[in-house]
Amino acid sequence: MRELTYLEAVREAMSQEMRRNEDVFILGEDIGVYGGAFGVTRGMIEEFGPERIRNTPISEAAISGTAVGAALTGMRPILELQFSDFMTIAMDNMVNQAAKIRYMYGGKGKVPMVLRTPAGSGTGAAAQHSQSLEAWMAHVPGLKVVQPSTAYDAKGLLKAAIDEDNPVIFYEHKLCYKTTSDVPEELYSIPLGKADVKREGSDVTIVATAIMVHKALEAAAKLEEQGISVEVIDPRTLVPLDTETIIESVKKTGRLVVVHEAVKRGGFGGEIASTIAESEAFDYLDAPIMRLGGKAVPIPYNPELEKSAIPGVDDIVAAVKETLNRH
Amino acid sequence: MTQLINIPAQLKKTDLTHLLKQMWQIRFFEEKVDEFFAKGMIHGTTHLAVGQEASAVGSIAVLQERDKITSTHRGHGHCIAKGAEVNRMMAELFGRTTGYCKGKGGSMHIADVDKGNLGANGIVGGGFAIATGAALTSQMKNEGYVVLCFFGDGASNEGSFHEALNLASIWKLPVVFVCENNQYGMSGPAKEMMNVEDVAKRAVAYGVPGKVVDGNDVFDVMNGVGEAVERARNGEGPSIIEAKTYRWKGHSKSDAKKYRTREEEQEWRAKDPIARLRDALIGEGLLTEESAAEIKAAAKKEIEDSVEFSKASPMPTIEDLMEDIYA
Ligand SMILES: Cc1ncc(C[n+]2csc(CCOP(=O)(O)OP(=O)(O)O)c2C)c(N)n1
Repeated sequence: MRELTYLEAVREAMSQEMRRNEDVFILGEDIGVYGGAFGVTRGMIEEFGPERIRNTPISEAAISGTAVGAALTGMRPILELQFSDFMTIAMDNMVNQAAKIRYMYGGKGKVPMVLRTPAGSGTGAAAQHSQSLEAWMAHVPGLKVVQPSTAYDAKGLLKAAIDEDNPVIFYEHKLCYKTTSDVPEELYSIPLGKADVKREGSDVTIVATAIMVHKALEAAAKLEEQGISVEVIDPRTLVPLDTETIIESVKKTGRLVVVHEAVKRGGFGGEIASTIAESEAFDYLDAPIMRLGGKAVPIPYNPELEKSAIPGVDDIVAAVKETLNRH
Repeated sequence: MTQLINIPAQLKKTDLTHLLKQMWQIRFFEEKVDEFFAKGMIHGTTHLAVGQEASAVGSIAVLQERDKITSTHRGHGHCIAKGAEVNRMMAELFGRTTGYCKGKGGSMHIADVDKGNLGANGIVGGGFAIATGAALTSQMKNEGYVVLCFFGDGASNEGSFHEALNLASIWKLPVVFVCENNQYGMSGPAKEMMNVEDVAKRAVAYGVPGKVVDGNDVFDVMNGVGEAVERARNGEGPSIIEAKTYRWKGHSKSDAKKYRTREEEQEWRAKDPIARLRDALIGEGLLTEESAAEIKAAAKKEIEDSVEFSKASPMPTIEDLMEDIYA
């Protein structure tokens, strides 16, 4: 099989879907000749033309609402938001319109749109371009929330998101863009709501999302050298959440560490931890559940401070050891 | 051949050389930043305004010290023109504690609230309402200061532009909206992103004056902004001044500039605002070649010194991470 980067996998999923389905089109800022802020749509305007690779003015409120309107009337728009931080400007359309329409209309109409957007820190872009705000979206009924960590997952999940008849927020982590994995050439779908066991283990379960999946795997490799067997689970989608896979894993290992880059306070890790606490897996727990997340601080510019604001491999290693020392 | 500009009779020689010095400081600061980015010595992202020096310097030259500004993601020039110390600016880009934001903000967030610089902004359109609010304070507390709100052509397509203008207009607030129209919003040509030729024409919709000036002629900028500032100070409300100019460099460091031609770039380089001012001063006998060279060398040295200052400054420590989240 060929290797693709995560970025190429996202592009390939969109291109193949667009060849297959005339209703799919992309809109966003600088997605034409510029190829998007991160280069995801590079080359697409040459193939699909400006009608379907629609360069928009800088107006997140208008373009998100336009996507909602187009979706409601038969198109399948993919909206590229340059940075997930700018969700604040698209928020009304995503939260009060896209998420609510079907329910408010008593099951009439549907809003099949995908809002793709790069999230996360690590590029030195500082506080207004580095946030991880996925918990906001996961809190809103009516939206689905996807967070792929690998190229393979990105392609399959994006295909599933485009096929969805509901609004989907598709978070791409900036530091994942250059990571590679084997990706089949044909178009395939990974169902939303299906977690992936990225590594099997028996002593501790780590549930990690986005870039933290890679850090958790690194931590697991280090811990293995010390005789500790770690299972790493990537939920891949927060909404719907595959609680079953996580519960089964915790029943097996008896220990759970949840890790995400987003600020720990009010983060999605709390949701996963309480889901386990409420489930039958609670009786299997040998130690308290641990949550690792970003510190409650805006992401600083200085690279050392930036790194220290979010969990690192060593923090994950330490958390695993701590849970092993608690009974 | 550079294009000629006319020098207003009422300006004193000291004012004139000050303008030239500031423009050179901005140019050298940005070229140094560009160089260090290329070498990987500065991280993150930055947006240079090389070629746009006259709009920043000309606009701020007509302000009093107590007046305030809001700036943009392309804000180094505004910052220097409003009296910032280049040492502390450069230190910020180096992520040092002596920087304006103690190394936490970086290029896009430099502010000097005490001196009336209410901040650069990573959010396009983020400054419109902040400037309007600062003008509201001036009106409510009868403080007599005026606020200059810098923005780009692209930003004028954000809803915040229209909403802030409407509010400023109905409340007759002392704010002047200065559009630096450098022809592009990232890769989006202004002429494709709005259906009016001039951003200034949008003033009609809000019942305020709108005027286009030559953004590469520091005196034309001073005239236009000067009138608008007087109007604002007299309680007659806001205006839009649109300075037509050009950014010589790419949008940010990774820009292949595929959206414009090299011929167009050359055309604008011939309108270099700094060369135009220097030639005019020498042509009128207000400055000798030698003293022009001295001013230039002094500006260059200040920037070189700022690099030394920055390199010698301490990095923030982990203890600094959680400082300054709350007042
Ligand atoms: C709300 C928001 N949308 C998009 C961006 C990404 N972005 C940064 S600068 C820029 C272009 C701004 O164009 P303009 O206002 O004309 O200013 P210029 O860069 O030309 O000085 C874009 C799209 C952003 N920072 N904020």
